[in-house]
Parts: sequence; C-alpha cells; structure tokens
Amino acid sequence: MADQTTNPIAFVADGTIPPSPPPANQTGAVKWLRENLFSGVSNTILTVLSLILIYVLLKNTMPWILNGVWNANSLAECREILAGKTGACFAVLTERWPQLIYGFKYPVDAYWRPNLAFVLMLVAIAPVLFFDLPRKLLIITALYPFVAFWLIWGGTILVPIVALVGCVAAGAVFQKFGKNSFAAGFFGAIIVALVVWKLGGALIPEGASDGAWLSAVPSRDLGGFMLNMMLGLACVSLSVPLGIALALGRQSNMPLIKWVCVIFIEFIRGVPLITLLFVASVMLSYFFPPDSTVDLFLRVVIMITMFSAAYIAEVIRGGLAALPRGQYEAADSLGLDYPQAMRLIILPQALKISIPGIVNVAVGLFKDTTLVSVISMFDLVGMIRGPILASTEWNGVYWELLGFAALLFFVVCYGISQYSQWLERRLATDHH
Amino acid sequence: MKKSVILGMATIAGLAAGAAAAGTVDDVKARGKLNCGVTTGLVGFAAPDANGEWKGFDVSLCRAVAAAVLGDASAVEFVPTTGKTRFTALASGEIDMLARNTTWTFSRDVDLKFEFTGVNYYDGQGFMVPKALGVTSAKELDGATVCIQTGTTTELNLADFFRSNNISYEPVPIETNAEAQQQYLAGACDVYTTDASGLAATRATFENPGDHVLLPEIISKEPLGPLVRHGDHEWGDVVRWTLNALVSAEELGVTSANIDEMAAGTDNPEVNRLLGTEGTLGEMLGLDADWGAKAIKAGGNYGEIFATNIGEETPIGLARGLNAQWTDGGLLYSPPFR
Repeated sequence: MADQTTNPIAFVADGTIPPSPPPANQTGAVKWLRENLFSGVSNTILTVLSLILIYVLLKNTMPWILNGVWNANSLAECREILAGKTGACFAVLTERWPQLIYGFKYPVDAYWRPNLAFVLMLVAIAPVLFFDLPRKLLIITALYPFVAFWLIWGGTILVPIVALVGCVAAGAVFQKFGKNSFAAGFFGAIIVALVVWKLGGALIPEGASDGAWLSAVPSRDLGGFMLNMMLGLACVSLSVPLGIALALGRQSNMPLIKWVCVIFIEFIRGVPLITLLFVASVMLSYFFPPDSTVDLFLRVVIMITMFSAAYIAEVIRGGLAALPRGQYEAADSLGLDYPQAMRLIILPQALKISIPGIVNVAVGLFKDTTLVSVISMFDLVGMIRGPILASTEWNGVYWELLGFAALLFFVVCYGISQYSQWLERRLATDHH
Repeated sequence: MKKSVILGMATIAGLAAGAAAAGTVDDVKARGKLNCGVTTGLVGFAAPDANGEWKGFDVSLCRAVAAAVLGDASAVEFVPTTGKTRFTALASGEIDMLARNTTWTFSRDVDLKFEFTGVNYYDGQGFMVPKALGVTSAKELDGATVCIQTGTTTELNLADFFRSNNISYEPVPIETNAEAQQQYLAGACDVYTTDASGLAATRATFENPGDHVLLPEIISKEPLGPLVRHGDHEWGDVVRWTLNALVSAEELGVTSANIDEMAAGTDNPEVNRLLGTEGTLGEMLGLDADWGAKAIKAGGNYGEIFATNIGEETPIGLARGLNAQWTDGGLLYSPPFR
C-alpha cells in the first residue's frame, strides 16, 4: 500500500468524473417551453394570444366564482350580501341541493334509498366493466336491477321477487331447451316468464304496498339527477344487448328476421327522439283507459332504449363488416354452429372494433335523457327550468344552475369516455 | 292524409276517453283526490317550494276546488304540464281540470272541445323599458329594437300594434324568457314585450328593478282561466262556482279571518247562501252545504289569494288593475249566489 502512494505518475483518477448538468437552456421547463410553445415566430404569437385569452377568461370568471355566496335564502339576499360586487349566488345550489339530485317530490326521509342504490350500482357494475374481477361477482349484477327497483320505488317486496322468479324460470327453460333448438328455448323462455309473472301478479294481494317496510314512491315523484342516472343506466344496459341482436338479425339469412330488423332500425333512426318521447307521454295516454296506463317511466325507458338500440345496432354492424371474411370461414371450418361461432369468434372481435362507437352512443344517450323535461318529467334540467327558476326566491339565477348541471354531466360523460379508452388499451392484442 | 287519419283517431280516442269519464264529480269523490293540471313552473302562479309543496295563484284554485268537493285542500295531485302536453292531458282524462295560465280563446273553447269555467286572471301584453330611455308611452317607441319571443301570439300582437300606430320597430327574436332577460339587460334591445304579469315577475328579479318601467299600454287581451272537458256540465259547474265563490267572498267581505264567525249566520242572506247556512245551493251542485265555506277556507278569498301570491306585497308586485272587483273599477264580476 505504501508503495502505491509514492507512484511516480502524478495523477490517476480514482473514480468517474461526475456528470455536469446540461446547459440551462437545454433542460427542464425552459427546454420544454422553447420546444413546445416558442419554437418559431407563429408558435410564439399563438402562445401569447392564448395566454391573453386565458387571462381575460380567468379575470372575468374568477372573481365571480371566488366571491360566490353559499349561504342565503333568496337571490335578493345574495345581492344584499354581495353589496354590488360581482359574485355568483351558489346559495341556490345549497338550498335546493336535494331537489336538484332527487327531484322535489321524493320523500325526504327516503333519500337513503337512492343513495344505497347508487352505491350498490357501483358494486354491481364493476364486474361488467372490469373483467379481471372474479366472475362470481356477476351474481350481484344479475340481482341488482331487482334490488334497485325495490329500493327506489319501494312498496311490497313481492313485486321484485315475482319478477326475479320469472326471469330465473325463463333462464332455466332456455338452458334446458336452447341447446337443441334456439327457437324452442327462446320462445319457451318468454312464455314461461309471462306465465310466472301473470300467476305471481295474481298472488300479490291488492294494497300490499300500503304498509310495506319501504313506502311506495310513484314514478311521477322521481326527479333530479337521480332520474337522469336511472334513465341513462337502464337504457344503456338494455339497448346494448338489443342492439347486438338487431345487428345480427340484420345480417341474418332468414328473410323475415332480416326485414323485421331492417325496418325497425330504419324507422327508429328516421324519427327524432323527441317525437318518440311525445308519443310515449301524450299519444299513448289516448289509447289506454285513464285508470290503466303503463307507467310513464317505463314508457320513456322503452322509447329511449328502442332509439339507442337502433344506433348501437348500426355501430355493431360496422364492426361485423370490418371483420375479414376469413374469420367467418374459419369458424365454419372448425365445425362451430352459429351461436358458438358468434359467441367465440365473431362478436369478441366485432365488439372490440365497435367500442368507440358504442361509447359515443352511450354518452349521447345519457345527455339525451334531459329531453324528458319537455314531457314534464322533472329531471335535472326540468327541475332547473321549472320549479327552481319559477320560485320567487331564485327566479333569475341562470349561470350557477346551468353551470352546475353542465358540471355534473361532464363528470359522468368524461368518466365514461376515460373508461372506454382504458378498455381499448386493455383489449389491444395487436403488436406494433 | 295520413296525418289527418292519425289525428282523427286521436280525436275519437280522446272523445271516447272523455265520454267514459263523464261523471268527474263522482270520479274525484271516489278517488279521494283531485288531479289538477298546473304549469311546470311559473313565478307566482305555480311552483313547488323548497319543501316540494306547490304554491301559487293557480295552485290555490286547485286547492279551493279540492276543498269544496272533498273537504280537504291538500287532497290534490298536481300534474305538471307543459304548453305542449296540457291539452292532451286534459282531453285524455289524466287530469280533471287544468289551471295553467291558459288564455281563453275561441278555438280552444270550440274547436279543441274544452270548457273555460271563468277567468281568474286578466292579463295582456305590455312593454318594459329602461327608465333612462325617458319613454312614457308605447306610442313613442318609433324605431326601437324590441326583444320578442318567436312563434307566440305576442309577436303578432306587436306587429299589429306598431302598424296600426304607423311607427316602425326592429325585432330581436329570442327563444325563452330567460334569454330575453339576459338580452334586455345586456342592452341588445330597448324594449322587452310579453304578458304584463311575466314582465312584472321578470323585473322583480333584476338587481335594480327601479331602473325599469312598465309602460301603461296593454295591447292584447289574455283572459287566463281554468278549464275542464267539454260535455261534463256538473263538473264544469263545480269549478265555475268555486271560482265565483272566491270572487263573491271578496265582494261580500268574507275572509279567511272572519269566515268562522260569518258561518255562524249573518244578516246578509247572500253571505248565508254562499256559506251554506241558508238555502240548498250545495245540494244543487251535488256537494256538501258548506262547500263554499270550505273553498274559501282553503286559501282565503280571491283578494287574499292574489295578495299572498302575486300582489303588491310580494316580490312580483302586481297591482290589481283589471283584476279588481267590478265595484272598484275592475272586471271581476261574479253572478249572484241565489
């Protein structure tokens, strides 16, 4: 060791030289700014203009938002508190919060029921959306519609039980006979379900809902954003299977099925949704006797479902058409029959292609649920346009209320769109 | 051709439904609830409050009818209707009566087969201008820009008024009252015109209502009233005379404060007949003898209902004007209770 220190060589590096930091203008925020915002004359001009625009927007909106009044009982009181300053009157949101969410007639002491239904919805929808979760959870999903119906509408528990028994019986019949003949299983299932419902309906005593543990709430009393969520969820989940069936039916070799599907799709697509809603609310009440009408909520769900199913069918048809013919032939050459070929080979690929289109329809459908306000159902927009703006306290508060509605819809729609992008990445099996 | 067939079918179905529900009084009594069609929301006339309780001028009439027929002012199922769904709701029997600031016109009465049972508010089209403009009469509005809702009768009335006075205007077409409010405040138009009650309600929401004036000219007749289906005269009579009872009560000085005292019997025989302590008017209608007293107790007489919902003490601040009693120079004139 001592020898080494007297080595005649003057300097030996005993380690690597530490790296120096890059020049200041080649690193960090400065580099990013130079490359992305100020890379040329035109880009610089655009950047400056955008900054000015953002500044002007914020300068005008921030005082309005930050000065906002959250506690007042009327618009006049808001203005008193603001005393001439600019500021929003968010007090309308706090005071009318339950009305915006649940509508104005849903019983106050029952708000926990839709809340619980909402939480359960998240649980029930998870195994459908994220298929890495254990498949056993789908049982919850299958039970959810009946539980949610019972929670939100209340009344006797016998009604959802009879509905469930009917569905289970239909499923069993289909399992038993569907293997040999699809038609026998399908129509047998429908007949069995109808019979069970008819018998069960007769068994439920008159006035069973009167003393029920959950008080019955008629459909007319539903409202607010809850109604939008219910309509959106019910219609999307019903219209996707119906859309798949219509798309397959349209490609069928059997002329009767093919033409029924073609006429249905073309007719529904050719009629504006608002027309269908008017038919649901106005025309149908002419054809039923005054005492025995189909529930308005159900009528609207049927109309919106039919409408979006026609669109989804066309989206899926696009997916089916995009598959090379070889895929169909491959399925045939493996000796698969039609249901097997569809389930195992064709639909998984076609649906994957169709995801962006289906999501597009779903987002549109969710926003279209606000159209029910024109047939005097009080969804979120109906609540704002009708009762809240017509109250003497809040007449004249527009930006706050409609901005809030826009925010709620944006949150949900943006969530749907993010999910679909995740799904596309997750399902991407091609290698680039 | 196809359209007329469908409409024809709808009409026949409507008539059949109307005929089936002929005994509305009995239907309502059997149901224990009055189905009353109201607007989805109009300031002062009908709107649910923060607790979901319907309040307003038209709502009070529904409550009075329910009180007269069923003895319970809260036995009303309010069915909100839009301008587009109101008539079908009534024709199809979904509602028993419509109290929804509906103008009584010839075609609605005759062609649509409804029966207006009186007028509970005399409205008319008016003008609102900023005070700073210094205008005192609509006839000075030559060359003004006017905010007007498209596709309404107000548009036609406006054109008629300006043409007959030989002055010009520039219309600013708008879709809804909310939009009109913003446009007018932003100065996009000098004048805003719609029904006078709507103008007053709109002005009440301004930050400085005092900076705007309503001009004295009323250029159209808009008698608003309750209506029922054609052909059920017993029910029509009930609604008509309930409204008349409220109007007569004000004329005769019967209020919700002194009604108990007066119901014990007074020296005025008409008050006694109205309140059912004398005569058999209730029996003739097929109702209890004290139906009138119950109707008045529901929300007070016409004047009280007006004052609590849209009168000068409220933010809307409408003066009685044409809606004063005939003895005070207004148009309210109830036929005698005899």
